[in-house]
Amino acid sequence: MDAVEILFTASLWAAAIRIASPLIFATLGELICERAGVLNLGIEGIMTVGAFSGWLTVYMGGSLWLGILAAAVAGSAFGLLHALLVVPLGLSQHVTGIGITLLASSLSYYVYRLVFPEVTSPPKIEPFQPWNVPVLSDIPVIGEALFRQTPLTYLAFAAVLLVSWFLYRTPMGLAVRTVGENPSAVEAQGIDVTWVRIAAVMAGSALMGIGGSFLTLSAFNSFFFDMVNGRGWICIALVVFGSWRPGKALLGALLFGLFDAYQLRLQQLAGGYVPYQVFLMLPFVLSIIALIVMSRRAAYPRALMVPYRKGER
Amino acid sequence: MSSNIFRFTRRDALKLSVAAAALPVLGGGLARAAGPIKTAAIYTVPVEQQWVSRIHKAATIAKDRGDIEYVFSEKVSNTDYERVMREYCEAGHQLIVGEAFAVEDAARAVAKDYPDRAFLIGSSFKPDAAANPNFAVFDNYIQDASYLTGIIAGALTKSGSIGLVGGYPIPEVNRLMNAFMAGVKESRADAKFQVAFIGSWFDPPKAKETALAQIDAGADLLYAERFGVSDAAKEKGILAVGNVIDTQADYPETVAASALWHFEPTLDAAIAAVKAGSFKADDYGQYSFMKAGGCSIAPYGTFDAKIPADVKAKVAEKEAAIKAGTFTVAIDDNEPKSS
Repeated sequence: MDAVEILFTASLWAAAIRIASPLIFATLGELICERAGVLNLGIEGIMTVGAFSGWLTVYMGGSLWLGILAAAVAGSAFGLLHALLVVPLGLSQHVTGIGITLLASSLSYYVYRLVFPEVTSPPKIEPFQPWNVPVLSDIPVIGEALFRQTPLTYLAFAAVLLVSWFLYRTPMGLAVRTVGENPSAVEAQGIDVTWVRIAAVMAGSALMGIGGSFLTLSAFNSFFFDMVNGRGWICIALVVFGSWRPGKALLGALLFGLFDAYQLRLQQLAGGYVPYQVFLMLPFVLSIIALIVMSRRAAYPRALMVPYRKGER
Repeated sequence: MSSNIFRFTRRDALKLSVAAAALPVLGGGLARAAGPIKTAAIYTVPVEQQWVSRIHKAATIAKDRGDIEYVFSEKVSNTDYERVMREYCEAGHQLIVGEAFAVEDAARAVAKDYPDRAFLIGSSFKPDAAANPNFAVFDNYIQDASYLTGIIAGALTKSGSIGLVGGYPIPEVNRLMNAFMAGVKESRADAKFQVAFIGSWFDPPKAKETALAQIDAGADLLYAERFGVSDAAKEKGILAVGNVIDTQADYPETVAASALWHFEPTLDAAIAAVKAGSFKADDYGQYSFMKAGGCSIAPYGTFDAKIPADVKAKVAEKEAAIKAGTFTVAIDDNEPKSS
């Protein structure tokens, strides 16, 4: 098999979609926050919390879907904390976000150790299994790649449609977008900017939590402390790549997943002549190049990182 | 102006509290080699992780036996490692067990500052008796067991293509991979290897994806250095070989063999040396060798009937030769390459 042939294998594309799935959720989450004018650097920690709480719920006997719900609730709780600090109090969004990441990931591990003081190997759960969509999964290559995924991946794609519809087709979506561009205009409509922003950050953080739970409920079956491993930071870049639009963000996540799946396979092909670090670097380098090309004309939300103070002129 | 000689000032309070804090330290320093040895372990990862879990297990056994008093700190970041070491030294612990792979200089500096304590530290380097007479090193030199699992793997692979997924190519990882590959060659001379590193210790989803990519490229047996690899093998119904810990209970149908590390001989030797007052800057790596009982091949378990008898005989023969010292598995710390 050579480097080009790999591109036509179903397993490459299936892997790309698997790798992209948690990124899709978390990127959508970050996108909602930023559209409302709030940068949420708590994403890495919130994903960790989601990964942990979702997994713990299932481990304690809850169903997998209850685990997803727990991840969303835990994510939004930390979203609320972030929002309270940066929206009404107007603190630095960078500093607060990093603080949330540190707090959320350390707290996850703290609770983990409280629950499991004496374990010799990481406890496991029974994760989501791939669910083949009838008929569609039999289509060669495309069907095999797209329709033999776990339910959580299908949910990720559904979430893209849902978020797009919400942002562009509902009055609430309009309010969210407007507080990120021109909060005074929202205020003039009699809508409370503070509450819209808090709600948007909570909703976005819930999605980040679900993204994290994909790692423990679908991609793997136990919780590891550092397992989010920078995926949250990638999502921050993917939002920029997607010019703050859900559809383009999906494209970005899929591209990153594809680059990663491709480098894993190239690494096997290269037979040790090229240092492995080059391959590990590849998805990031390619993403940076794609970012440069894609986001030349990107316009960020004008009120991003600008705290809104009522009556200020 | 009435000066009261009985007035208790804040400064006095401070002096008293310092004195009170110093008491247990002094007491600990003096109570040497009598009763259980006060032992502190400092790990950079949680105690569930393969490598550290073996140290933790041996220390717990020694504690239950009454040889040591055992406390530990896990998930200590490398930037914080020196502080934790010093705190345990200040608290009077006599034997400090740890891992200095990323904090070599700092750990050795601490040992210098506490010359009357014993340091048994995981390291990729050798001890330096002149500079640090109390700083002994160890590592999981279980190449003997890895070699034996390689013999089994070579016999069980059908395609002759074997995938190896590791975290980082550090000596500890390379050594075992190289020994495993040498073992495979022993029973399957034409075997091909796919070697990959994921650049992380804790990213099982990534390890799993890497393993799946190797399976796509034809691998029908995987060497599981990281968590996640055995899961890929199970999902695709191919075999895997474990490393450091025995994971067959979790994957009864797919984990064919495991090379186990036993830290007990290493720790027990250190405890004996501390008790005798003869602890030196030795290289404890040898206590992980099969000869010393520091490693073994896991019981065949569910694969007892699946591994051909002649292969088992060959493994037993090599095992005996290793123990007798007539056969030595080469220690090769170079980064393994795909072939």
